[in-house]
Amino acid sequence: MTSNPSAIDFPAPAQSVEKAAQSIIAVRDLVHRYQDRTALNGVSFDVRAAELFGLLGPNGSGKTTLFRILSTLMVPTSGGATIAGFDAVRQPGALRRHIGVVFQAQSVDPKLTAYENLWHQGHLYGLRGPELKTRIHEILTRVGLLDRSADRVETFSGGMQRRIELAKGLLHHPEVLLLDEPTTGLDPGARRDVWQYLQILRDQEHVSVIVTTHLMEEAERCDRLAILNEGNLVALGTPEALTREIGGDVILLEARNPQTLAERIRNKFQIDASVMDNQVRLEIENGHRFVPDVVEAFPGEIQSLKVSKPTLEDVFIHRTGHRFWSEDAEMRPETGKKKSKKN
Amino acid sequence: MATQSATFAATAPASAGVLLPAFTLWWREVVRFYRQRARVVGVIASPLLFWIVIGSGFGTSFRSGQAAGQQHYLNYFYPGTLVMIVLFTAIFTMMSVIEDRNEGFLLSVLVAPVPRAAIVLGKVLGGTTLAAAQGLIFLVFAPLVGVHMTAASFGLIVLTVFLVSFALTALGFAIAWPMDSTQAFHAIINLFLIPLWLLSGALFPLSGASGWIRGVMYANPLTYGVEALRTLMYPEAPSAFSLTASILTLVLFALFMFGLAFVLANRRTTKPAA
Repeated sequence: MTSNPSAIDFPAPAQSVEKAAQSIIAVRDLVHRYQDRTALNGVSFDVRAAELFGLLGPNGSGKTTLFRILSTLMVPTSGGATIAGFDAVRQPGALRRHIGVVFQAQSVDPKLTAYENLWHQGHLYGLRGPELKTRIHEILTRVGLLDRSADRVETFSGGMQRRIELAKGLLHHPEVLLLDEPTTGLDPGARRDVWQYLQILRDQEHVSVIVTTHLMEEAERCDRLAILNEGNLVALGTPEALTREIGGDVILLEARNPQTLAERIRNKFQIDASVMDNQVRLEIENGHRFVPDVVEAFPGEIQSLKVSKPTLEDVFIHRTGHRFWSEDAEMRPETGKKKSKKN
Repeated sequence: MATQSATFAATAPASAGVLLPAFTLWWREVVRFYRQRARVVGVIASPLLFWIVIGSGFGTSFRSGQAAGQQHYLNYFYPGTLVMIVLFTAIFTMMSVIEDRNEGFLLSVLVAPVPRAAIVLGKVLGGTTLAAAQGLIFLVFAPLVGVHMTAASFGLIVLTVFLVSFALTALGFAIAWPMDSTQAFHAIINLFLIPLWLLSGALFPLSGASGWIRGVMYANPLTYGVEALRTLMYPEAPSAFSLTASILTLVLFALFMFGLAFVLANRRTTKPAA
C-alpha cells in the first residue's frame, strides 16, 4: 500500500505488507471532475483478492463515479486504477475480460427468456456452443432459476431479475465482480439473498466483490469498507475496526437549548460535545458511568438521553462532522448526470 | 499478470472477436422486434394506409405531372412508399439505442470485451434486417401497380433496399448514440428525417421541382434510393440518373453513415456513459 499524499490519515490499517501484495484492485489518486463539480478528489485504496469490499457513501459522495471508472465506462480526469494488473484507462479491453459488472439499472432484456439473456451475454464474452450451454445451466442452477430458464424475464419478480443480473455478471467466471447498489428496490428477503450469495461467491469461488451501497446494515456485512464523502475517502478498514475507533459509546441528549448544554458539558467535563439535529452528541468511553454524572450536573435540562454502541453512521459523523443523510447531501444530484430519474 | 491470463484462458477465449458479438446483437434486435406485435403491425399497416390514402387523394387531385408520364399517382408513389417504410423501420429501430442506454442493457454491452465496431455492426445490421424485410414484404403489392420484375431486377431491388436500409439505420444509430431521451429523437425525426423523405422524389418528381428545392433534392442521398427503385420498377419511365450512379451513391452513403456511427461509438469520454 503506497502512501497517498492527499489522503486523510487512515484508521490504523490492519493490513500487513504481505496482504497488500495480494491486492487485486489498486486505486491511486483518482480525481474526477464533471463540468462544475469535483466528484472524486484524490481517492486511493486497495482491494484484496477474495474480499467483499464495500464502498459506502451518501448520494453525491462519488461512489457511482468511482464505480463507472472501475468498470471502464468513463475515463477519470486524473489518477488511475488497475484491476487484476490491467489499467482501467489504458487497457480497458483486457480489463473488461476480468470483471463482471452488475448495474443498479436493469440490464437484462425483459423480452428475452432467462436462457436467451445469458446466451446473448456469453457471446459477448466469446463463449459459445456446448460449453456456453453447460455454463448457463450451471449458473442458472446456482441462482436457483433453472426451472424458469425458458420464461421471459418480464414475468420475473424483482428479486428474480436481480438474480439473473448476478448470473449475467458471473457467467464468464470473472475474478472481480463490481456491483452498483445491487439491492435497490428489493424487499428485505431478496436483499438478504443477494448478500448471502455474495458471501458464498467470496468463500467458494474466491471472487473479489466490490459493492457500492448507501445502507449501513449492508456495509456492516463487508470485509472491509471505504467510506466516501463529497469525493473524499474519509475512512478505510473493517467495519469492526472503524466502529472500535470511536472508542466506547455514543450518547445523544435532547434538551430545550442544546447549544448551551453542549457548551456547558464541554466546560464541565472537558469532552467534545457537538450539536446535531438539535441533539447534543458525544462520544465517550464507559458511557453508562457518564450518564448519572451528566444528569446530575444539569438537573431539569435534559429531556431525553440515549446511549448506544457506535455504528458506521457514527464513524461517518466522527469523520465528517455531519450526518450521513444530511439534507444537503440528499439535494445534490447523484453524480452530476443530466437525467435525474434513477431507479 | 501472466498467470491470471493463463488461468483465464481455460474459461474464456482471448477475444470474442467481432463476428460473434455482432451476431448476437443482431439476433437480439430481430427477436425483440418480432416479440412486440404492435411494432410489427404498425410498421406494415401505417405505410400501407399512407400509400392508399395519400396516393388516391393526390392521384385524383393532381393527375401527376409530365415527368411521371402517364402513370397513375398510386404507381408513381409506390417506390417512395417503400422507401418510407424502410426509413421508419430503420429509424425507429435505432430508438432502441436510447432505450438500451437508459435501461442499462447497453451498459452491460459496453463493459464486455467487445470491440465497438461489433456493437455498431450488430445493431445496424439488426435494424437493416428489419427495415429491409419490411420493405421487401411491401413488394407483394408490386403486381397491383403494374410492376413486372425479372430475376435480375428483383435482385437489384433487394440490393437497393438493403443499401438504403443500412445507410438509414446507421444514420439512426449515429443520431441516437449521443442522445438520452426518445423525445429529442422524435424531434430530430420530424425536423430532419421527414423532410429528407419529402424531398427525395418520393412525393413529386425531380423534374417538377424548381430552384433550390431541386438543389436540395440532388444533394439528398435518399433521392438516389427512390430513383434507383423507380428505374428498376418502371424501366420505361424517365429517370434523372443512371442506375449505376444511383447505386454507387447509395454505397457511398451507407459507408459514410457507418463510418460516422463507428466514430461516434468509439469515443471514450470523461462523461458518464449513461
